[in-house]
Amino acid sequence: MASVTVLIGTRKGAFLADSRDRASWQLRGPFCAAWPINHVIHDPRRSTIYAAGGNEWFGPAVWKSTDGGQTWSHSSTGLRYAEGETPVKTAWSLAVAGDRLYVGVEPAGLFASDDGGATFHEIKGLSQHPTRSQWQPGGGGLILHHILCHPRDPGRLWVGISSVGIFETSDAGVTWAPRNVGVRCDFLPEGQRFPEIGQCVHGLAFAAGMPDRIYQQNHCGMYRSEDAGRTWQSIEAGLPSTFGFPVAAHPRDPETAFLIPLNGDATGRFMPDAKAAVWRTRDAGRTWSACRNGLPQAHAYFGVLRQAFAADTLEPAGLYFGTSGGRLFASRDEGDSWSSIAEYLPTITSVEAARLS
Amino acid sequence: MTMPTVVLSRALADLFAGAPTTLTLEADTVSALVLGLDQRFPGMADRLVDETPAIRRHLNIFVDGVRASLATPIRPNSRVYVLTAMSGG
Repeated sequence: MASVTVLIGTRKGAFLADSRDRASWQLRGPFCAAWPINHVIHDPRRSTIYAAGGNEWFGPAVWKSTDGGQTWSHSSTGLRYAEGETPVKTAWSLAVAGDRLYVGVEPAGLFASDDGGATFHEIKGLSQHPTRSQWQPGGGGLILHHILCHPRDPGRLWVGISSVGIFETSDAGVTWAPRNVGVRCDFLPEGQRFPEIGQCVHGLAFAAGMPDRIYQQNHCGMYRSEDAGRTWQSIEAGLPSTFGFPVAAHPRDPETAFLIPLNGDATGRFMPDAKAAVWRTRDAGRTWSACRNGLPQAHAYFGVLRQAFAADTLEPAGLYFGTSGGRLFASRDEGDSWSSIAEYLPTITSVEAARLS
Repeated sequence: MTMPTVVLSRALADLFAGAPTTLTLEADTVSALVLGLDQRFPGMADRLVDETPAIRRHLNIFVDGVRASLATPIRPNSRVYVLTAMSGG
């Protein structure tokens, strides 16, 4: 049995990479009929792998496997808006809270399944939020790409929507409140850069054991909240750029988080100076250092997307990120050194780490 | 009794265990045909029709050689193709 499995979503299917020692890896896939897959997660309570995606022909679906990835089925029963509304194009994000599976979709909305991914229903409180008419798509579309579920309170969750921002509910989705105070919109005129909504969130991660502390990578800066998203403080000083997509948090140390800054939103969105680095903080964002050992230090013209960076729960923590060019990098020493697991995958959209056993 | 012949694209049939690429199904409109396919292969309607409601944008259904909509009538001796359009990269 593998000690860790990396769950990989790509533009052409889901893949799994298994390892007993995090040194040698066996790659499996492509799964999900080679559909574009935006997120793959593992639910240990149900021993189920879920994959969210959709393709141009057949629309959105959530795929699932209950045998470790050997066989897959799919469903989108109920994964649709009311008749006459803009159709759900694809499923973008997944999260499990207790027995419930949440699914974020494009155009932005949230669905839930209480039967292990067989049927879904819309969480209408989010779609009916008073700000909904102001939501505008960003470059990646109007996508709900992050769902954070409180580790102890299943009724409390946060969602991240590109070009719209973060919303929180504490009543399982009946009511929602924007959580964007302190987050800049550099793309708006001076004097209007801190609106209630419109922030382009890219990545969200809870600090370990401290769900009131959330790390955020935004289109316009890097932030930390100490009050569960009510207010945000910039922690971008010391980073090579204010722009990046994913953030990963250490599984045990709430002071440690990892980023992969890119060179800028209008300058190519690849590694700064074309030299790859993961940036690590050990003090909750007060200082940052670059982890480069084993990563390409020349001609690194790739990006790393919103959901394509994750940590495992082993000791020391392992880290995994997938690139726009289809390469998957891994570290088994919390970022001190890196090696390549896979080199020729399709564009990688998401990475998660799981222990399937 | 004569029934319309339905030809499914391989990419569609492969999503449903046991689905053949050619079958016969009683239906007098494309909409009824989609319902019939969904009864035989649960979930297939979601693959074919969005919440407009309309045939998904990158799918084509042809009835006797003519591109159809959900309202298009089907005759007992019709031949219906459910095809994936050219898209993607």
